[in-house]
Amino acid sequence: MNAPAVIDRQSEGDCAPVIKERGQREVFCGLTGIIWLHRKMQDAFFLVVGSRTCAHLLQSAAGVMIFAEPRFATAIMEERDLAGLADANEELDRIVDQLLARRPEIKSLFLVGSCPSEVIKLDLSKAAQRLGAKHAPHVRVLNYSGSGIETTFTEGEDACLASLVPEMPVLAAGAPANLVVVGSLPDIVEDQFRRLFAEMGIANVASLPERAVADLPGVGPNTCFLLAQPFLNETAHLLEKRGATRIDALFPFGVEGTSNWLHAAARAFAIDSDHVDRVLQPYQDRAHKALAHQRDRLAGKTIFFMPDSQLEIPLARFLANELGMVLTEVGTPYLHRTHLTQELAALPPGVQLSEGQDVDKQLDRVRAIRPDLTVCGLGLANPLEAEGLSTKWAIELVFSPIHGFDQAGDLAELFARPLRRRDVLRV
Amino acid sequence: MQLSVWTYEGPPHVGAMRVATGMKGIHYLLHSPQGDTYADLLFTMIERRGQRPPVTYTTFQARDLGKDTSQLFQDAALDVVERFAPDALLVGASCTAELIQDDPAGLVEKMGLPIPVIPLELPSYQRKEHWGAAETFYQIVRTLADKTRTPSDPATRRPLANLLGPTALGFRHRDDIIEVTGLLAKLGVDVNVVAPLGACAADVARLGEADFNIVMYPETGDLAADYLKREFGQPIVRTVPIGVGATQDFIREIADLAQLDPAPLLAEGLSRLSWWSRSVDSNYLTGKRVFIFGDGTHAVAAARVAHEELGFKVVGLGCYNREYARDVRAAAKKYGVEPLITDDHLAVEQAIADAQPELVLGTQMERHIAKRLGMPCAVISSPVHVQDFPARFSPHMGFEGANVLFDDWVHPLVMGLEEHLLTMFSDDFEFNDGAGPSHLGPHAGQNAASDPAIKPANDTETVWSEDAERELKKIPFFVRGKARKNTENFAAEHGVTTIELATLYEAKAHYAR
Repeated sequence: MNAPAVIDRQSEGDCAPVIKERGQREVFCGLTGIIWLHRKMQDAFFLVVGSRTCAHLLQSAAGVMIFAEPRFATAIMEERDLAGLADANEELDRIVDQLLARRPEIKSLFLVGSCPSEVIKLDLSKAAQRLGAKHAPHVRVLNYSGSGIETTFTEGEDACLASLVPEMPVLAAGAPANLVVVGSLPDIVEDQFRRLFAEMGIANVASLPERAVADLPGVGPNTCFLLAQPFLNETAHLLEKRGATRIDALFPFGVEGTSNWLHAAARAFAIDSDHVDRVLQPYQDRAHKALAHQRDRLAGKTIFFMPDSQLEIPLARFLANELGMVLTEVGTPYLHRTHLTQELAALPPGVQLSEGQDVDKQLDRVRAIRPDLTVCGLGLANPLEAEGLSTKWAIELVFSPIHGFDQAGDLAELFARPLRRRDVLRV
Repeated sequence: MQLSVWTYEGPPHVGAMRVATGMKGIHYLLHSPQGDTYADLLFTMIERRGQRPPVTYTTFQARDLGKDTSQLFQDAALDVVERFAPDALLVGASCTAELIQDDPAGLVEKMGLPIPVIPLELPSYQRKEHWGAAETFYQIVRTLADKTRTPSDPATRRPLANLLGPTALGFRHRDDIIEVTGLLAKLGVDVNVVAPLGACAADVARLGEADFNIVMYPETGDLAADYLKREFGQPIVRTVPIGVGATQDFIREIADLAQLDPAPLLAEGLSRLSWWSRSVDSNYLTGKRVFIFGDGTHAVAAARVAHEELGFKVVGLGCYNREYARDVRAAAKKYGVEPLITDDHLAVEQAIADAQPELVLGTQMERHIAKRLGMPCAVISSPVHVQDFPARFSPHMGFEGANVLFDDWVHPLVMGLEEHLLTMFSDDFEFNDGAGPSHLGPHAGQNAASDPAIKPANDTETVWSEDAERELKKIPFFVRGKARKNTENFAAEHGVTTIELATLYEAKAHYAR
């Protein structure tokens, strides 16, 4: 649709020109975040208010998980719900009653907005207040939007966590300093980071989200927070509004990113950096060892990122700096410069960045470049393979443990495997 | 509103995608918000297609609402025509676009595009996937079928039929076409056009040249066949050839219509099901209680096979698509069961639990219900997952289809029997959990009584610290054994006697591949 506008970024002080495009986007909407968020928050239920399409999306994205009594569902709007808004609210109340009667163990209920509910302006924040009052104190009712018209894929997590920020307990100005790690991480990764912080000497550490929504960490002027994920713009903004201070760092992918992330936290807590170096040394050594296995396979290989999760830029930085991959184009659905300042500076010079998407035009560029590996969604992966281009499907990067020192090797392996497979197949 | 975790059918625009994706040279322009492209991966992943579906999404976002969504749509239409040069363009709206009241049909009409444009009205809040497919195919036929085409002189050729209904993402559609085409060829009937699957606009144009239409899948083909009957006077064959008896009926019906002799083909006895089912090994199948659920067509066909050809007792019969409820009610009456017409999987689960069948025939959903209830199950209908788009030839129609049904349905029962025997003998000295495989001798299982995942693999001095042991348990069970072994080997090599957390991760790094 619109021709790509190449913007000169030199004037803005960072490294490379950015292609800004709009057109057809081959991306998930924010509802998809529910698939991993409900695994993380064990006492929460996610009720999407939407259409059959929304239910179908969740079921397609959740695969077989849908059968293990998942803690999410869709209230599918029907013809009669569209007739009048009052009726829709009554219907929603009825559905929520039905749901909570079926699942009495639920402590928090997220009403999740969708495109249809946004377009007909069904006020879910009012509904959340109404239902929250009705079901207090057993169930806390919250709301956020995961609609495609407002959120792309991982932004659903941002919207969800942002809805939790006003619920966080107030810490007074005199309270001892605390650290909040923001972004849902697999439990095993979260535990590793907790141990590292303890070894470094930061004791007062919590996560947003915690495994139970009921255990929300406190926030106040002595709170510092570290983003574990690059897609948490709104959440960070709201935390800052509550007086917390964001610790600027690389994102914790690979040795470089994880070291920088932990050092930044240590600096904020005035911990001696020599001590941190001593603590991190053995972890760094073994991560380097694990990465060495993959470097031979990946060094010099070209890679193209299509936009998906906003993880693209930190991952590209890791692959280029620690594994010697050659970046062609790095696409991201949105480029939040503030949170990515250090990441952008750490990228090799001259990398082509792109923000947004016109998928057909972007595929033309992929075909022209013929990269060794293209990171893309499942709708594009097999068609590109059929054209002889190796791909790595992007969603796996959101579901797999990839942060931190001890996952660095696994993260590299995710990119090395498709290339190795291409080499072994003889059919 | 309806509370739903699982939906048997997607929205109607997914039905339209199934038609467009099955065809060649037809492009579908869908007015929809960002995110609706998720449906692409049904085709690229579940059906494993090597091309993107021929669908372009306008991808409007919140900031576009109320100003330029219609412009967005028109720009996208121009782009599609230029880039893909389709022979015809389908235009329609997804559920959200239906609410914002742009008029895709009107918008594109004004543009005067150089190709046929087929507007689709798919009411997302009333109808579902199958209806969307049927309506889309009907609109395509209505627009593209050339009314001047009629059958040539029947004296100069063999009878000619169209096969209607197969689509992309259809359960076994690919192989059913091959099987039915082969049967027709043996009978002396040629196939004029198969549509929508594999057809292009030109194929649809010459639908009128056939003598009659065969509706393979009523859910997707009925509307178009009715139209062709009205406009071209083509008779319709509605018998669905699933099972030996139904296939024979199908042959007779066509032979009658085309004035051919069915006797030689019927005498060939092309299905092994008849003998397999009569062989003494099948005796134990007699009166097995079977619960059947799926789309109306497959459910009714399966009930007949179960009842007449395998000697099962049908104890439940239902469908999720109300459009075919009448057929299911009639069949249920025949087998003396209460019909179950619902798209609520919880109601299906309850009915299955109440009926306590020995075999469940259903969709992917019933497979999981049966798994939870510990019942054998086979899949007979969409929705299905990736394993039901197999690489091997596996039709459900025709005589080879009957062979496939026999194997597919009996296999879980034999497996069920095996499992039952193993459970029955679970306290037996040879079969209990701790005994280990018998071929390893009487002492093989002595160490296996406690959790094998956290016990040392060999008789070294290595011990696991509590921390490391806890961490090991967080690793998924299917790789835990390997992680344990690697760590212990690593510890042995490095002279480590106590495995700490660090050792676990040292080993992980060491063995990283």
